[in-house]
Amino acid sequence: MTNIAERADEVRKADGIVLRFAGDSGDGMQLTGDRFTSASALFGNDLATLPEFPAEIRAPAGTLAGVSSFQVHISDHDITTPGDAPSVLVAMNPAALKSDLPLLKPGGTVIVNSDAFNERNLAKAGYESNPLEDGGLDGYTVVTAPMTDLTKRACADLGVKPRDAERSKNFFALGLVSWLYSRPVKPTVDWIDGKFAGRDTVIAANKAAFAAGHAFGETAELGASRLMVAPAALEPGTYTNINGNTALSWGLIAASQQAGIPLFLGSYPITPASDILHELARHKNFGVRTLQAEDEIAAVGAALGAAYGGHIGVTTTSGPGMALKAETVGLAVSLEVPLVVIDIQRGGPSTGLPTKTEAADLLMAMYGRHGEAPLPIVAALSPSDCFFTAIEAVRIAVEHRTPVVLLSDGYLANSSEPWRIPDVESLDPISIEFASKPNHVDGDGEAVFWPFRRDERLVRPWAIPGTAGLMHRIGGIEKEDGSGNISYEPDNHEAMVRLRAERIALIAQHIPAAEVMGDADASVAVVGWGSTWGAITGARRRLEAAGHGVAHIHLRHLNPLPANLGELLASFERVVVPEMNTGQLCRMLRAEYLVDARSVTKVSGQPFTAAELVQALFAEIESAGAKR
Amino acid sequence: MTDVPVTTRKDWATDQEVRWCPGCGDYSILTAMQLLMPELGVRREDTVFVSGIGCAARFPYYMNTYGLHAIHGRSPAVATGLAMARGDLHVWVVGGDGDMMSIGGNHLIHALRRNVNLNILLFNNQIYGLTKGQYSPTSERGKVTKSTPHGSVEQPFNAVSLALGAEASFVARTHDMDRGHMQEMFRRAHDHPGAAFVEVYQNCNVFNDGAFAALTKRDARDSMLIDLQHGEPVRFGSDGEFGVVIENGRARVVAVAEVGVDALVVHDETDPDPSVAFALSRLANTNDVPTPIGVFRAVDRSEYGSAVTSQIAASQAKSGPGELHKLLHSRPTWQVA
Repeated sequence: MTNIAERADEVRKADGIVLRFAGDSGDGMQLTGDRFTSASALFGNDLATLPEFPAEIRAPAGTLAGVSSFQVHISDHDITTPGDAPSVLVAMNPAALKSDLPLLKPGGTVIVNSDAFNERNLAKAGYESNPLEDGGLDGYTVVTAPMTDLTKRACADLGVKPRDAERSKNFFALGLVSWLYSRPVKPTVDWIDGKFAGRDTVIAANKAAFAAGHAFGETAELGASRLMVAPAALEPGTYTNINGNTALSWGLIAASQQAGIPLFLGSYPITPASDILHELARHKNFGVRTLQAEDEIAAVGAALGAAYGGHIGVTTTSGPGMALKAETVGLAVSLEVPLVVIDIQRGGPSTGLPTKTEAADLLMAMYGRHGEAPLPIVAALSPSDCFFTAIEAVRIAVEHRTPVVLLSDGYLANSSEPWRIPDVESLDPISIEFASKPNHVDGDGEAVFWPFRRDERLVRPWAIPGTAGLMHRIGGIEKEDGSGNISYEPDNHEAMVRLRAERIALIAQHIPAAEVMGDADASVAVVGWGSTWGAITGARRRLEAAGHGVAHIHLRHLNPLPANLGELLASFERVVVPEMNTGQLCRMLRAEYLVDARSVTKVSGQPFTAAELVQALFAEIESAGAKR
Repeated sequence: MTDVPVTTRKDWATDQEVRWCPGCGDYSILTAMQLLMPELGVRREDTVFVSGIGCAARFPYYMNTYGLHAIHGRSPAVATGLAMARGDLHVWVVGGDGDMMSIGGNHLIHALRRNVNLNILLFNNQIYGLTKGQYSPTSERGKVTKSTPHGSVEQPFNAVSLALGAEASFVARTHDMDRGHMQEMFRRAHDHPGAAFVEVYQNCNVFNDGAFAALTKRDARDSMLIDLQHGEPVRFGSDGEFGVVIENGRARVVAVAEVGVDALVVHDETDPDPSVAFALSRLANTNDVPTPIGVFRAVDRSEYGSAVTSQIAASQAKSGPGELHKLLHSRPTWQVA
């Protein structure tokens, strides 16, 4: 038998751990997970997170409906997903255990707040007997800690009321896991000081709870469960931990800086897009104007009005809002003005699953307007990639005078990863050219301005109010090409419909070609878009490690598609398209290229895990091989 | 503004063929506007007309300024974005009763509430014209139209009451038979910082001819239109023989001979409390009783776009203009060597 001190030194090394914090909505699990993530990021791990919370702000306490979870995958190497299954589950009450235990790996570690396992809570969770006592957790490593009681005791001499002290129990849990997984303590202590500045008793209580949890690990002989995940060997640089919505907001600001014109956001609160409005509203010193509009339609209308006035007009929303904005987006198509429409997709239809992820708005983005109304579509592929995709959306919008739809999703929005901060100097400029002089000579030999006179890219001039000599009137009524005058002429409409399609198609010449990641000579190509990038990459690496090459093509541009895509797809024996919908991109590829693409789909409100895709892709590799 | 070039009506008219029905009240409104513009001391290129859909919404095509003909009901929203982005512009919003009070009702009330720097002209003809004659949200009860063959059973909006209820800082009413009065109201709207709402009683001679005739025909005006004048007792009639008193918060028409001039309400368009203005707006809910026109309310209130711009300026003064490099490093960072 070894003593405690020796055991404490027995920290085993692991290349990665997936932890899941689960508790009641009021237990502060998102915050706890976020703090653990931040400490891990500062420690130098690579990581990926998956926050999951109920749509209700406060579902009945102690019930399964009220469980809020936060999964984080920390690793000593480059990772792309929040992990297939957690190996550690922190359960703050019986409902959390009941709801999330099925996710835990066999033999995983369960850390529970034993104080919460009373009769009332057990009944609320639907347990007939206490799983801590009835053998229900056999096969798992179980760490029980009376977190509520120990937190109250730790706070007893601080002048904190017991009820208030109880609220700090999530910091006890955080202290315990910080010890178990050798996380640095200082970032959390500093964070508590900053976050609760001016509320001394709260600071004292949270610090005391955190220290008590840390000490509990040391004194309760939990050394055997200790694991250490070393920093990851990431590319050299300065890193920060960022989620998709923050990265997207910063990308919009960056685009405004690169273009040299102000940013205007019209938005109406909607989950999971609201955080972009919150973030941009903070950065007024960048000249950002934000309007929390009266509704989704006003939000996009105001963005369009600002764009007409020469600003970068942006609107942010989720699926239901997209439906409401459709008519105005159609107006932007007709007016040929720059507009960025950002859809943080969530489970649908209708209210659907507001806090769960899905990527089923692609065909709505493509076709969800009346008339022939084509527009470019781009999609972000990881949380940090939201930064670059936002810049790309703005670039296409302002340079090609068109509304652009940017698709992100609830998973990218809220999950975070370390991001190597780019050098500002390395960002591409965005060229803005406002019209300043007449561009046509009329029949009387007079120089006039024609708002719909196009350049070689079929792009019309952007003439903003305030520019002398270029006054013109435009609207949603069909316009004569060139002069922009109202025209109901059959031949003109025919020409304009085709011109609008052609000018969007021509953007393919101004976007990068599709590239293959992984094995370009493989027989199976997997084509993805959006947030499936992480799971597809994880699956591809595992298959590669097992000796099975896969070609991975990930599309940032969904309309127009990269110019080389058709030829590229034709070079593979089999094309597989995993999507968080029922096969929308797959339909597009089949229609566009007559390629026999196969769909792998998931619409559970959860992202794909790498394991699921390993299975699906392996089956395709096997059958493609068999065919060959 | 001395450096604004001198212009005439011709400079403010476009070469586009005006396509309203002959006899439409919109013509006289357009003429009033084109004649007024040279007097406002503004440049054409700094002026924008924004509209939605409907007969009135064709207005921008006929003004030689910047013009944006948007979609049904959304013009106040589109104009809000434009005015927020560009405080240097003079933005006019033109629409009819269907456009602004039915499909666009939400945007109208919020533009007024926010006090965005817009001049909003409601051409109220109490009918849908462009869709050929359905009842509108301002049509009177009992109105027989194609979509109400048995008569409308709906309570109409009183546009001035609605605007006052929506916290508008400037509310006025005029009519298409009096160019001088229209111009005076448009000028006041232009001069008002913030959202200015002007209801124009406008005749649709095809689908609702004579809707306002009892008020606006020349020989009826003295007895049927109550011309509100700031600082003056509210009175009307060819000899000023009628007046308005406020009793228990309600406005009532009286004979001056019976109550005396001193009993009449003295109109104060700057009253911070809109109650009296509202009471005046309730004098007439049908077009066959004496109806107030003129400026109901004109109060100073923080204009929305400038308030937003001030916050930007304050933020830049405090933390300096935004630096992207700083922003990207504003959260905890770490180095990987």
